[in-house]
Amino acid sequence: MSATIAHGHQGAHEHAHEHAGSFLTTYVFSRDHKVIGIQFLISTLLWFTVGGLLALAVRWQLAWPWAEMPIVGRMLFSAEGGQISPEFYTMLFTMHASIMIFFVIIPILAGAFGNFLIPLMIGADDMAFPTLNMLSYWSMWPAFACMISSFFVAGGAASAGWTAYAPLASVWQAAPASHAGQTLWLFGVIFVGISSMMGSINYMTTIIQMRAPGMTMFRLPMTIWGMFITAILQAFALPVLTAALFMQVLDRVAGTGFFIPEGLIVNGATAGAGGGQPLLWQHLFWFYSHPAVYIMILPAMGMVSDIIATFSRKPLFGYKPMVYAIAGIAGLGFIVWGHHMFMSGMNPYLGMTFMVSTMMIALPSAIKVFNWLGTLWGGDIYFTTAMLFALSFVSMFIIGGLSGIFMAATPVDVFIHDTYFIVGHIHYVLFGSSMFGIFGGIYFWYPKMFGRMMNETLGKIHFFLSFIFFNGTFFTMHILGAGGFPRRLADPYHYATFKHMQPLNEFMTWCALALGAAQIIFAINFIGSLFLGKKVGRNPWRSNSLEWQAPSPPGHGNFDFQPIIYRGPYEYNSPEVDEDYYPQTQPPPDHSGGEASET
Amino acid sequence: MARFWSLLFLLVPIMGVGIFLWAPTAGLYLPRDVSTHGHAIDGLFTFILVLTGVVFVMTELVLVVFLWRYDHRTNQEPVKFVHGSHNLEVVWTIVPAATLLFIAIYQMNTWADIKINRPDMPPTVRVTARQFEWRLRYPGKDGVLGTQDDIFAVNDLHLPLNEEILVHLESADVLHSFFLPNLRIKQDAIPGSTIPVWFRATEPGTYDLVCAELCGWGHYKMKGRLTIEPRKKFESWLEQKRQEQEAVQ
Repeated sequence: MSATIAHGHQGAHEHAHEHAGSFLTTYVFSRDHKVIGIQFLISTLLWFTVGGLLALAVRWQLAWPWAEMPIVGRMLFSAEGGQISPEFYTMLFTMHASIMIFFVIIPILAGAFGNFLIPLMIGADDMAFPTLNMLSYWSMWPAFACMISSFFVAGGAASAGWTAYAPLASVWQAAPASHAGQTLWLFGVIFVGISSMMGSINYMTTIIQMRAPGMTMFRLPMTIWGMFITAILQAFALPVLTAALFMQVLDRVAGTGFFIPEGLIVNGATAGAGGGQPLLWQHLFWFYSHPAVYIMILPAMGMVSDIIATFSRKPLFGYKPMVYAIAGIAGLGFIVWGHHMFMSGMNPYLGMTFMVSTMMIALPSAIKVFNWLGTLWGGDIYFTTAMLFALSFVSMFIIGGLSGIFMAATPVDVFIHDTYFIVGHIHYVLFGSSMFGIFGGIYFWYPKMFGRMMNETLGKIHFFLSFIFFNGTFFTMHILGAGGFPRRLADPYHYATFKHMQPLNEFMTWCALALGAAQIIFAINFIGSLFLGKKVGRNPWRSNSLEWQAPSPPGHGNFDFQPIIYRGPYEYNSPEVDEDYYPQTQPPPDHSGGEASET
Repeated sequence: MARFWSLLFLLVPIMGVGIFLWAPTAGLYLPRDVSTHGHAIDGLFTFILVLTGVVFVMTELVLVVFLWRYDHRTNQEPVKFVHGSHNLEVVWTIVPAATLLFIAIYQMNTWADIKINRPDMPPTVRVTARQFEWRLRYPGKDGVLGTQDDIFAVNDLHLPLNEEILVHLESADVLHSFFLPNLRIKQDAIPGSTIPVWFRATEPGTYDLVCAELCGWGHYKMKGRLTIEPRKKFESWLEQKRQEQEAVQ
């Protein structure tokens, strides 16, 4: 092991010497993991704004269907008198979900935090493959180009849902927007996949090969465990999605019929060669996209674990069970995809087995929640902004996890499938949990990234408003779902069953608008602190893990000393030292300068 | 102010329980059930709601109590330097595992009634979904679907009261979903497959038939109407449809 460590470091040191580059190689086509991480962070936060505005347009239509949109309505839809058309509405929710999933949450967790944190937290100078790392960021740009240009082609951007179910997405005649926009969407997602795959290989190699002396696997912070297992999930699941995406591209442009049944006629036109099965797409798509749900939360779980331990000033409760729980979620995550297909016409006996596996995946999630609570118990809790977001991750994840049980129960799912119940569930998991975890991570690691603190008062106002209006927007979705309120309907109120739900939707839209407005505070804080934030030293949070021993921000090559690791990252309030923290690199008091122990 | 954040988190269980208590009084809850499946599904929904509700309130309250008690600004106790507890891990692994397994097994009979134990009978009606309407085809006098004397209708589904109904569900183009909120029935329609759907309606009336799977720009207006009526009325409606059909032939 020590030989590989030495080798890895040697490689990175060589790389460190060619540092004297131009502006272009330092900040644009950089091979430095920290610059690439920040590039991912800025790009994804910009896309977060786009995805959020699309969501607000969806909410506008649900609160006041067919009403003229103020200000932007006339500019965007002059032909419809400022109204959102039904075609445009289907595009709105399709692109909202696609952008948030493929351009925000996946790349911000793996791309931004993974890149920035992995070498720093394991004590490496850089990633194992710096050039591959750079390529992983720059393959996002063809994806960006595909998605942006798709808004301007005839028929508009993709509008077959982010799930792109065949045959709606695979037949050109099926919808006005199933023209070039859908093909561009498919290529966009393919490029995101290529980017993720390059990242995934790099993260696995780096974590296995480039840990500092003494950094055993069970001394890794939970953030790294989350990133590591996510990388494994990506590597196993992505090839299936990529194959499926190419099959759908071929169905669209080459006249094959992987997902199109024999003799299909859509909108008066014969579609494709036939001989295929629409359900095959769903199996392949969810074989990736269910593990993708965990790709979108496991790194955030890791980050939240680190933040909670730091601000409870107490060791993480049940470190190994937490690691096993992440691994359990990842393993079970591969055999639960069928729960998206209970109503699809899949063999109902198969539905029973998927119900059992889906129920069981709630178990590792529960174990994680109990261990977070165990970490808080008997601690010394500091309510920083980062901690508040991490705590709200736990609180919201309890709701998102428990509401999942309703859909896992197949008979109950018969009624609530494709209703707002599932929309509420997914937003509690991806916004209330992942996105709040990401906010926590930004407030926590911002000083390490930029050498300055974010403003805590603005941060707490941002947290308070986000927390209140998030719940106002999304908790009520469970009630709508219990009423059978279907998702993806441009105007549900012409059904007698749903007519009376319009006032509640209006309330939710007001909350959503306020939630969106609260993010302006975050933007101001993020940008303003770059210039006005208080400058910090290496370890403003008095945290144990390795990245806090490097300068803030770390220079090229990260560490100005050779890190040697003596213990795990969670030894807060250890009786061995007087301070309430005990950095991983600090030698024990009676240390005689020998080899670091490998336990 | 010192306790502000703990109290903010206390709002979560209060909000959760409060909204679920308020919703039924405001008419915002499970729509009226007029079927035999619905009774079982609503029972399971309530069962899971109560179970998860208890776990939700308990865990959220534990969170609030810990935040309140171990707040740095007021807490005098020394930090407990512990790394975990093997016994606790065992308990909170086994108890939820057994509960979850029980919930899963508890669902199976109802699931089998709805999707597996198909009644042995000829189909009452064939429903063919297409962009953006429901095409209905009833057997004529010979009682067999797919023959010359079949009776056709669009979007206006009539079915007899208190009888087992077997629908043959098909799609002519893309995916659709046959959703009857008041009968707690949902089933996707797939082009190239015929999927059986069965249920029994227990109250006469007119109900919504909703498309619940995105099928294109007109998805939102793919609306049908289900009329449940006593056998006699159903037959006279069918007879009327037959005569209308013959008049134009």
